[in-house]
Amino acid sequence: MSTGLWLLLFDGLLVTLQLTVFGAALGLVFAFAAGLARLSGRRVVRGIAFAYTEGFRGLPALVVLFWLVFALPALGLQLEPLFAGVLALALNIGAYGAEVVRGAVLSVPAAQLEAAVALNFTPWQRMRLVVLPQALVAMVPPMGNLLVELLKATALVSLVYLQDLTFQGQIVRAATGETAAVFAGLLVGYGVIALALTRLVRLVERRAAAGLGRTPAREVTR
Amino acid sequence: MTGERFISFDGVSKHFGSTTVLDDLSFDIRAGERVTLIGPSGSGKTTILRMLMTLTRPDSGTITVDGVPLFHERRGDALVPAGEAHLRRMRRHTTMVFQQYNLFPNMRVLRNVTEAPVHVLGLSRDEAEGRGRELLELVGLGDKVDAYPSQLSGGQQQRVAIARALAMRPDVLLLDEVTSALDPELAAEVLDVLRDVARTFDVTMLCVTHAMRFARDVSDRVLMFNEGRIIESAPPEQLFDAPEQVRTKEFLRSVIDET
Ligand SMILES: Nc1ncnc2c1ncn2[C@@H]1O[C@H](COP(=O)(O)OP(=O)(O)OP(=O)(O)O)[C@@H](O)[C@H]1O
Ligand SMILES: [Mg+2]
Repeated sequence: MSTGLWLLLFDGLLVTLQLTVFGAALGLVFAFAAGLARLSGRRVVRGIAFAYTEGFRGLPALVVLFWLVFALPALGLQLEPLFAGVLALALNIGAYGAEVVRGAVLSVPAAQLEAAVALNFTPWQRMRLVVLPQALVAMVPPMGNLLVELLKATALVSLVYLQDLTFQGQIVRAATGETAAVFAGLLVGYGVIALALTRLVRLVERRAAAGLGRTPAREVTR
Repeated sequence: MTGERFISFDGVSKHFGSTTVLDDLSFDIRAGERVTLIGPSGSGKTTILRMLMTLTRPDSGTITVDGVPLFHERRGDALVPAGEAHLRRMRRHTTMVFQQYNLFPNMRVLRNVTEAPVHVLGLSRDEAEGRGRELLELVGLGDKVDAYPSQLSGGQQQRVAIARALAMRPDVLLLDEVTSALDPELAAEVLDVLRDVARTFDVTMLCVTHAMRFARDVSDRVLMFNEGRIIESAPPEQLFDAPEQVRTKEFLRSVIDET
């Protein structure tokens, strides 16, 4: 295989990584905004967040992507292709992430809030100092799963001609006819990224546990 | 040490569904008084403390603290249900220690004790830490400032919770069965700390407890609850040694049999 084709694959890898990293970052923003809004005292705020989470969880990411890439330009709004990809993925993963945020906040025992009231914290201080730090720990594992889901979903962008790893793989396959080899390569490529992400999440998980003074059992037995 | 009437319940009732938890209850507590609440399970003792901590609202009646209604505020000429700002002003008087300690697991011991003084009372970090260390020393945990709550025994956690409460310089300290979750030895440590607190702090104390020796040692007055009413109120010697009500006698016998 020529160096040119290797470079294509490498470019594709970079695009996939960008989609994953930026999609995760923006998705987290959506997840926190919508997840906390779901718990707001105001009905309108709750309603908007509910519509977003329910709407985007029901919608295939691919349909959202088609909308952003093909339908919006028809309506006169042209997004930069990479940004459209990131946005579509983030909207989708953010809707699932919002449920994770909401669930984690609700999982903090009511007794913790009562103790915070007994110390006369303001409602926002209760959230910021007591509830969120504990909720964050509960969020790490499910967020880690979503991150891997996001990585897998990035392959969808090849269908709107964004040149990610999958897209470039197809190009190389067409140029060389080496179907099995190229697909094996993709498998390894995605696999390695997924593994790296999982390791990263483990690390964060351990950090988070340490923040509650818990030593993971793994470290004790090692 | 005891002075003017500081807390008043006036015709307070509370229902949960069809159960009447507090039944047209009225009583007063003077500033600096140490009062123990006893009575059978479900008689409404916890509900009283939770109301004073603004964790539960009464259905009817008025509670005043230092002459100010707890759950009502004046808006023009009308008394309206209190908003968060009024509740926060009223909570300055009072703090509570819970049966299950409820320390913040995401903070080390010292920060558990300093966080509210810094964010709520507006102390500087240094000032709060100085005072926090003193209080932790007082409860016998001067060497645990850097531990996480999950690394402490139940008795140690409860002593931190007491230090955390005292750091708020409360006028009123509410203690709800703070030793019930502990083995007898650990409970004894916590009760010793509370005896110290009663000796050294000029604070109004309301305790719900089954520890009768402790109640006898620290309280000025014992209130016997039954079915959401106070059926007997007397100094500990009198109430424990010569109870007037049959129900009180029965209850005391059952508690003493248990321990
Ligand atoms: N949130 C609630 N919802 C429904 N019922 C409640 C609630 N809180 C308390 N109750 C009921 O109110 C009654 C009084 O409860 P409370 O906790 O004040 O009793 P207590 O005297 O503290 O009892 P114990 O000695 O068991 O702690 C009980 O019958 C209890 O079941
Ligand atoms: Mg109780």
